[in-house]
Amino acid sequence: MFRPVFLWSDILLWAMVAGCIALAVYCRRQDYLRRAWRRVGESGVAMASATILAAFVSVGLLDSLHYQPRLPAQEGSSEVQYAPEVLSALDALVADLRLNKEKTYSAPLATHAFAKETMERDGVQTRDYPRLKWGGAHLEEVAGRDSDLARRAASGAFYGLLLWAVVVGVAVGWMALARGAPYGATCRTVWRPDTATTRPIAWRAVFVTLAVLCVIGGVTAAWAAGYHVFGTDKVGQDVLYLSLKSVRTALLIGTLTTLVTLPLAVALGLIAGFRGGWWDDAIQYLYTVLNSIPGVLLIAAMVLMMQVIIDTHPEWFETAAERADARLLALCFILGLTSWTGLCRLLRAETLKLRELDYVQAARAFGVGDARIMARHILPNLMHIVLIALVMDFSGLVLSEAVLSYIGIGVDSSMNSFGTMINAARLELSREPVVWWSLAAAFVLMLALVLAANLFADAVRDAFDPRFQWRARRILKKVAA
Amino acid sequence: MSGPDVRHVVEPLLDVRGLIAELDTPAGIARAVDGLDFEVRAGETMALLGESGCGKSMTAGALMRLLPDVGYIAGGSVKLAGRELTTLTEAQMRESRGSDMAMIFQEPATSLNPVLTVLQQIGEVLATHRGLRGAPARARALELLNAVGIPDAARRLDEYPFQFSGGMKQRAMIAMALAGEPRLLIADEPTTALDVTIQAQVLDLLARLQRERGMAVLLITHDLGVVARMAHQIGVMYAGQLIEQAPRAAFFTRPAHPYSKLLFDALPDAARHGRGELATIPGSVPPLTTAFTGCRLADRCPQAWSRCRDEAPAWHEAGEAQRVRCHLYDPAETARAAPTATAPSTVVADGRIEAGQARLLSVRDLKVHFPIRRGVLQRVVGHVRAVDGVSLDIRPGRTLALVGESGCGKTTVGKAILRLIEPTGGTVSLDGQDVGSLSRSALRSLRARMQMVFQDPYGSLNPRMRVGEIIGEGMGALQQGGDGMAVARLLEQVGLRADMADRYPHEFSGGQRQRIAIARSLAVQPALIVCDEPTSALDVSVQAQILNLLGRLQRDMGLAYLFITHNIAVVEHLAHDVAVMYLGRIVEIGSVDQVLGAPRHPYTKALLSAVPRADLDAATLPQKLTGDLPSPADPPSGCHFHPRCPRAQARCRTDVPVLEGHDGRQAVACWFAD
Repeated sequence: MFRPVFLWSDILLWAMVAGCIALAVYCRRQDYLRRAWRRVGESGVAMASATILAAFVSVGLLDSLHYQPRLPAQEGSSEVQYAPEVLSALDALVADLRLNKEKTYSAPLATHAFAKETMERDGVQTRDYPRLKWGGAHLEEVAGRDSDLARRAASGAFYGLLLWAVVVGVAVGWMALARGAPYGATCRTVWRPDTATTRPIAWRAVFVTLAVLCVIGGVTAAWAAGYHVFGTDKVGQDVLYLSLKSVRTALLIGTLTTLVTLPLAVALGLIAGFRGGWWDDAIQYLYTVLNSIPGVLLIAAMVLMMQVIIDTHPEWFETAAERADARLLALCFILGLTSWTGLCRLLRAETLKLRELDYVQAARAFGVGDARIMARHILPNLMHIVLIALVMDFSGLVLSEAVLSYIGIGVDSSMNSFGTMINAARLELSREPVVWWSLAAAFVLMLALVLAANLFADAVRDAFDPRFQWRARRILKKVAA
Repeated sequence: MSGPDVRHVVEPLLDVRGLIAELDTPAGIARAVDGLDFEVRAGETMALLGESGCGKSMTAGALMRLLPDVGYIAGGSVKLAGRELTTLTEAQMRESRGSDMAMIFQEPATSLNPVLTVLQQIGEVLATHRGLRGAPARARALELLNAVGIPDAARRLDEYPFQFSGGMKQRAMIAMALAGEPRLLIADEPTTALDVTIQAQVLDLLARLQRERGMAVLLITHDLGVVARMAHQIGVMYAGQLIEQAPRAAFFTRPAHPYSKLLFDALPDAARHGRGELATIPGSVPPLTTAFTGCRLADRCPQAWSRCRDEAPAWHEAGEAQRVRCHLYDPAETARAAPTATAPSTVVADGRIEAGQARLLSVRDLKVHFPIRRGVLQRVVGHVRAVDGVSLDIRPGRTLALVGESGCGKTTVGKAILRLIEPTGGTVSLDGQDVGSLSRSALRSLRARMQMVFQDPYGSLNPRMRVGEIIGEGMGALQQGGDGMAVARLLEQVGLRADMADRYPHEFSGGQRQRIAIARSLAVQPALIVCDEPTSALDVSVQAQILNLLGRLQRDMGLAYLFITHNIAVVEHLAHDVAVMYLGRIVEIGSVDQVLGAPRHPYTKALLSAVPRADLDAATLPQKLTGDLPSPADPPSGCHFHPRCPRAQARCRTDVPVLEGHDGRQAVACWFAD
């Protein structure tokens, strides 16, 4: 039926997922990491934003399973042929959105096009807004749109809640099994945990967020079956589809870049801090110089060079998707090369402090080698900073992709991203009446992603803070007073 | 200071009744202060005495209503001059802080704001509470600085805290506290971070200010010596409760509560002069999250019986004005109370191994100079002479104590001997091998012969490694195996359980951590251990355990110790020989009896007399040092001690005295030694 395609970014992304799972297993074994992550779990805000992030990640991962569909066999030929375009699992799921294109702009949930056209009605040429090919095409009467929307919203919300109830029911059942508690009691403790004596994982926040997501998803899906929920763009593509496709780009930029920054920052920071002297000077000069070069210039130069290389070697790439993918990876690499300095500086400072600590001195008194001291005594004590920096940098990288694509040195123009959507919106905003929905869709989704990432990062930072203190529970204070 | 045991008939200034303060911790609600009753009269010093974690600092915080975020007052009343403090609004409380009551903190380095001048900081208090600004404020601040004995106060007013030494900072802090003319001064471990000679100055200052101003002082401390010197009334705290209250004289002649007695017995003390075992208090303070049923000390008390575990003791009278929370003093239990004198510390046969003449460690003219670099090109503009020509010898099985104030270079000596810091000059030889000239690989094999135990048990263990890994690391690095068996044996040797190897350091108390650190250094079977203030971060009872352990290991294994400390009492207990350091040089060296019994150098004499003793007749102070330790970057010419020396003459300013001893007396570096 189809042939799987493995893009480099897919491989890297799935490898990172595997890495995260391995890290989670490692964290469960390490006492201090488990306790810190538990504190993340105890925070309602963190768990709610983690749920939203998980939704984004699952969209991005679905979009990272690529394949080429098989073309129908030609008459008299036994040769198997595959389509030149590369699709993903997400494309298959939302085929309606991808395939049902309009001619040009249409507003969200509209039934008519955004611009007037000359058309023939009853033999008379008139200029009017034509009906859309797909949006609301099932309606007999245009006046029935609102009631149709309401009906669809209600049924969508219902199915969303049904899905939610199933998911939560199974999850609670699993918890009840794990704890060996009766089902009803588990429900009660999840909904109203005993905060007076314990600090439970904030499952309630997860389930409430999940309910909101399910309802929104259900309504959107119900509407999307008959309308363009976020409208269409200049060439009539569904904006909701574009936004969903952009999620993968944002996630890739936010995570793959760290693959480049991390080894550089950790290795150079450790060496500079621990060895000191000549090493320290050299590394400090390196990042001071790098920091003094305007980042945008460096990125622009390298991205354009990469583009030339891609253009002059068409034989390297079988499909357009691979070409776009190469450019995305190049962008990640370049962003990584310019953004390791901050973390490196932090790690150098912390290493300077750690190497004077008594346990490092004690290890030196045993004649333990430098490399081993760095690996055993210093690196584990730096990991919390690395982790915090990674989570905090994620949102910054997503935003910087948007900015770079906006000025034309970001991802390939054939690749969907929030940056290219915003770039396109530049012209749309100058129209009268204004075409606002592309920008609004990109804005809302990016806000949700970045805000969730930032809130999660805050909780992670708090949980890994060695001076972490609980806020006193207010109820108790009142009782005491 | 005489101990005025005057009974005041006046109303108490501070009246605390049933005070309860709680902390909301991840482990549950910890009742850090549980039903505290006490009062402080004007002109009187009340000392709250207790080990760490007993709730003393929380009490101070509750009185000032300055509790950590997770803390709150859960009950009771605090009356200051008849005014209830617990019900005041935060705004009223702010007014009361600083004017009615003021607080000085333990760490002078962090309790002053580094970016404001001293005048600005005192001026802030004067403006808030006295309404003084401009010239009058400056005049008042000057008076205050003079009152706390800061020389050249007019110039010092406009200086920043970093230009002050530790003792000066604490004086400035006291001046700030006095600026609001408080009636109650809460001093939370005011001298713990200071050296003994500076501590003596600050304690005298506090006592004088109290006499002059008739202030009430609530002194919070763990140091029986400080209590003996300062307090009129004493309250002993344990696990959040007061367990004994007594006037000074009564407390120091007959401490009533078993815990108080144990505290005295655990103190290493010259009077007993034993190198025997100190009395220890088994176990540790129970977590305050426990719901107590009986006496909180029951599990650690040598005299506990079944009633102690089932019934919380009430207050009983134990002599004039002395109250104690112990069943032994229940009139119904008189039969038990009588015979139980505390067991005297068991005297073990003197552990002095008759030392062979072979020197284990021989240090000759050791110098460590740190370059001071300035400017763009990092040119060397001078040297900090941290260690400036130190010579000493240690024989197998002996302990040499290296004594001196902070900043005198004693820790640097220890690290330079182990080559953790590269010496600038001089030789260190161990078993006749010159440590300084060894290659890296040869040095590694010699590392097994000497090890180090560090001061801070919290900083010396990697929090990310299990105890077993920590202990095994040295063995692994020096190719001595390091299997589970060896680790288990070591853990048992230092009095821990073998199954603790799988735990992380944070699960252990300070004393247990120090045991782990000792096990780590023992792992490679060294002949010499450099102990860098191994007990200074520990409570008295835990200190006794560690000292006993060190003594036992020395007797059993013939270890030699270089014991770096500022605590003279520990020296008396543990050491065979003493070297006194001042500003990078040894000024006096000899056997314990000689140096501590008949000191010859004026600095040694001053140091010894500054140590507060935990007994009543400690008040005599024949010699007091003025001023601070000079900077080792710019040491005085000639004899380093001459600017502070009462006997200094012209010769001391120009000629460096040589360390020498005659007629079997200890060597001393002084032109005018006794």
